Amino acid sequence: MTEPLVGATLLPLAIVVPLLWAVLTLVRPRRRPTWLVLPGLVSWLAICAGLWWQTSRHGVLTHVLGAWPEPLGIALRADGLGSTMALLTSVIGSACALYRLWTPMDADTLGAQHWFWPLFFMFGAALNAVWLAADLFNMYVGLELLGLSAVGLVAISGGANALAAALRYLLAALLGSLAYLLGVALLYAAYGSLALSSIAAVATPNTITYVALALITAGLCLKTALFPLHAWLPPAHAVSLSPVSALMSALVVKASFVMLLRIMMDVGVSIVTPSLAQGLGALGAGAIAWGGWQALRHADLKMLVAHSTVAQIGYLFVGMALLLGGSAPELAWDGLMLQLVAHALAKSAMFLAAGTLIAAVGSYRVADLAGVSRHTPMALFAFGLAGVSLMGLPPSGGFSAKWLLLQSALASGQWHWAVALIGGGALTAGYIFRVLGASFKQGTGDTFESTPFGWDVVALLLALSSIVVGVVATGPLAVLRIGAPLAGATS
Amino acid sequence: MSTELWYALVGVVLVAVSFGAFMAHTHLFRRLLAFNIMGTGCFLILVGLAQHERAPDPIPQALVLTGIVVAVASTALALILLRRWFAATGRTTLPEEDDA
Amino acid sequence: MNQVALPAWVLASSLLPAVIIFLLPETTRALRTSLNLGAAVLKVALVALMTWRVAQGSLSQVRFEMVPGADFLLRADPMACLFAGLSAILWLFTTIYAIGYLEGAPNRSRFFGFFSLCVASTMGVALSGNLITFLLFYELLTLSTYPLVVHRGSEKALAAGRVYLTYTIGGGAALLLGVAVLHGLVGDIEFREMGSLRDISETSWPILRVAFGLLIAGLGVKAALVPLHGWLPQAMVAPAPVSALLHAVAVVKAGAFGIVRVVYDVYGIDFARDLQLLLPLTIIASVTILWGSLRALWQDDLKRRLAFSTVSQVSYIALGISLFGPIGTVGGLVHLLHQGIMKVTLFYCAGNFAETLGVHRISELDGAGRRMPLTSIAFSIGAFGMIGVPPLAGFVSKWYLGLGALEAGMPWVLGVLVLSSVLNAAYFLPILHRLWFRPQVAPWPDERTFGRWETSGWLLLPPVVTAVFTVGAGLLANFAFSPLQWAILIARREYLP
Repeated sequence: MTEPLVGATLLPLAIVVPLLWAVLTLVRPRRRPTWLVLPGLVSWLAICAGLWWQTSRHGVLTHVLGAWPEPLGIALRADGLGSTMALLTSVIGSACALYRLWTPMDADTLGAQHWFWPLFFMFGAALNAVWLAADLFNMYVGLELLGLSAVGLVAISGGANALAAALRYLLAALLGSLAYLLGVALLYAAYGSLALSSIAAVATPNTITYVALALITAGLCLKTALFPLHAWLPPAHAVSLSPVSALMSALVVKASFVMLLRIMMDVGVSIVTPSLAQGLGALGAGAIAWGGWQALRHADLKMLVAHSTVAQIGYLFVGMALLLGGSAPELAWDGLMLQLVAHALAKSAMFLAAGTLIAAVGSYRVADLAGVSRHTPMALFAFGLAGVSLMGLPPSGGFSAKWLLLQSALASGQWHWAVALIGGGALTAGYIFRVLGASFKQGTGDTFESTPFGWDVVALLLALSSIVVGVVATGPLAVLRIGAPLAGATS
Repeated sequence: MSTELWYALVGVVLVAVSFGAFMAHTHLFRRLLAFNIMGTGCFLILVGLAQHERAPDPIPQALVLTGIVVAVASTALALILLRRWFAATGRTTLPEEDDA
Repeated sequence: MNQVALPAWVLASSLLPAVIIFLLPETTRALRTSLNLGAAVLKVALVALMTWRVAQGSLSQVRFEMVPGADFLLRADPMACLFAGLSAILWLFTTIYAIGYLEGAPNRSRFFGFFSLCVASTMGVALSGNLITFLLFYELLTLSTYPLVVHRGSEKALAAGRVYLTYTIGGGAALLLGVAVLHGLVGDIEFREMGSLRDISETSWPILRVAFGLLIAGLGVKAALVPLHGWLPQAMVAPAPVSALLHAVAVVKAGAFGIVRVVYDVYGIDFARDLQLLLPLTIIASVTILWGSLRALWQDDLKRRLAFSTVSQVSYIALGISLFGPIGTVGGLVHLLHQGIMKVTLFYCAGNFAETLGVHRISELDGAGRRMPLTSIAFSIGAFGMIGVPPLAGFVSKWYLGLGALEAGMPWVLGVLVLSSVLNAAYFLPILHRLWFRPQVAPWPDERTFGRWETSGWLLLPPVVTAVFTVGAGLLANFAFSPLQWAILIARREYLP
């Protein structure tokens, strides 16, 4: 009886606690704020874990802030997807925070020292706000907060390149947000409500709804960097500090995607035409091809990994096409959810490992990795494991996700998506083994820098999780189905 | 044609014009100004359409207030980045815009 | 020891050492060697125990749900014990050989770590109880053998690695698609004697044919069926223990084993014949047998000639499988074991010639029989076995294959067998002639002496032992636990309800 209440109180805490720590680290900046940051990470992890546990046992949790009734009050909602993404955020966030804490101070830029932690915690709070929001406008606020803190994190990475990348990112993000806001405005004008569920109940396919959905889709696709609106992503992710790149690729692009997913499944379920779903899927297939091809060509390791993100986002949209337009939506939902989780873990591991490799070799180029397998084997192994998941080779989360999506494609008779999924795996293998092959090459010199052991541990743990989540997928998938807008899902 | 609808139409015009300006200009400060005007246009649409032939409704007002706050924060961040960029490179446009 | 979890223990006996070896520093030679050997011996013991239990009729399995609708399943059945037994025994000797071969070479921890991982994957392939677990370990095999192929780090090794990956990743994609299609049709497909697809309605038969084609294409890459064999000669750039392992035990046999499983335990031999899938397989196998032997004739590099010989010989297994009738089945299955033992002997000897004398080309082998008599005797035994000379192991398999061809009513296959034996003689006998009957004409390119014996004890023991096995498997074929008797036991179960 009391447990659902406990779960419900965790909801606002999930947003407030990171915000509190953002303020604390801002007010008391230290050069090495380890003892201030660690309790923040621990409490953040504990809250999200508790929230996930409560959701798995009690179903969807809701909480209205300050008991102000909707629509003026802010309602928070934790379903399977939201609480899992919140848990994932805290896990990956903590890993990147530890990576940052273990970064030697001399390898730093001036701005990063002061502003990293406030921005980091605000980032975490914003992500939780997006995952746990229950109506369109709270999502907007969370998304804006996320965008601003992400831009800040990119900008403090130092150097003119970082500033240019941050500016480009900011412009793209603002444009996307405005398109989204306009869409929300139109929806409110048409239906007089902002809550997803109430709009879904009364949505009719008239002009204003189509225009609103189109605007929302365009805006969120820009923020998710769907091909061909992806140009801002590779520079931003490549030029940032490694933990920042990890957080961006793993989580930020997922936030706008999850928003789009929720809106499509709730409001758009009676409005989205099969051709729109297929169109989005086609853009996803284009992303897979374009991102993979660019990753094969780039000489810079982090640009390679960033283009890999562009390609992997394509998988998400193929999954969405199968979910909206296929005849096996349960399989597609499972596959899409698993892809979200597995890719987040694998890509963050990959960026952290890449950062370690770059620091060890002292160069950004893939070709300069020769001989590194003897010096930093653990980081290379973490990179390889993460690559296994991205390639969709068993046993890994990426494989299980691809398997489920394949089953959904074959069950719907949409063979073209099966070809896209398998072809994407082959392309991914091409650029992953490009890196691994370069590292197996005989090195000419042994001028390697030593890197903190903690970096290896963190990257390896994240990579191992992406593998394990594929082998023991049944439990997480059951939780992810809670509250899903599918026929026959538990709530 | 109520006043609210008129506001909404003006908002549409503002959004269209500033979107064009946003895409056409390469000078970063002008793009920022265009974004701000676009935001104002969105707010006008929001309030206008929502209040068109309806009872006074606090929700759109709350939404617009939130939106203004967000816009101010974004503009501030953009200005800081712009100034840093100019101080670092002496340029007022992004790199690929120069070459294009 | 919990009987039920025995397959898991077999897997763990090389998975755990792999993890430990990766963490060992490069210099802890003694610890690494004892870990390697200890794990290999333990694995042989565990597999023997498992085989004995299976012979008595008890089945052990490990199962849990991996993804909704697909279970991870390890099961010890007679077919699994066949392949696992071969792998475990040959792994022990290849470990001994590798320890000697890589003496003083760099990156040994990395090598032996992936080596153990490779064998763990092979064990997983052997013990898989359903198609998706098989796919899992099949791909894991690709991942764990790539670092072994590129181990030397030279340009040639990396290029060979790229070729290897292109073929195996492509094959893996075909296999994945085939398994996914079958899953979509019938759900989780467990390996069951006499197949589990018989009850499908006739409207789905075209899809079943397509799925079969995809599966064979995917498996055929590793099994080096023509035209998917191109990676195998390129992969010869790897160190000799890797070639021995890849060609006798792990990769190639995994592909052949997969074909065996698909034809017998997924489709069932009766159903496969009804779907008219057997004849194309027979034709592809025959073409591969002849093409491989023909290409072997033109190679001067010893390992490349052996590589093409492998391409040819492994297709005997596919040939035996595709012949409808228990005798053909026995021939194919027993050749899986015999070819492994004989080919590994040949590769050990080739590695010995390279390490001790610096000889890589056949034209340089003149008079090597005098300098390295034991190695050359072992090589000769392996060569005669490949040709099919009685009473060696190869003769037993070819005998059964020939009888099976007649029983299936395809006498032209007999012609293929005879022709390929002639070709085998044509490319093996000249080597033996050079070894024994030609005097040495030039000093050895890079000779190393090892004291009293012709070469290091680590390098000498394995080929001698496997040559003895070759003789034993043929001479003692009617003995209760010989490879032949085990193959007959399995064949009996595939044909009778």
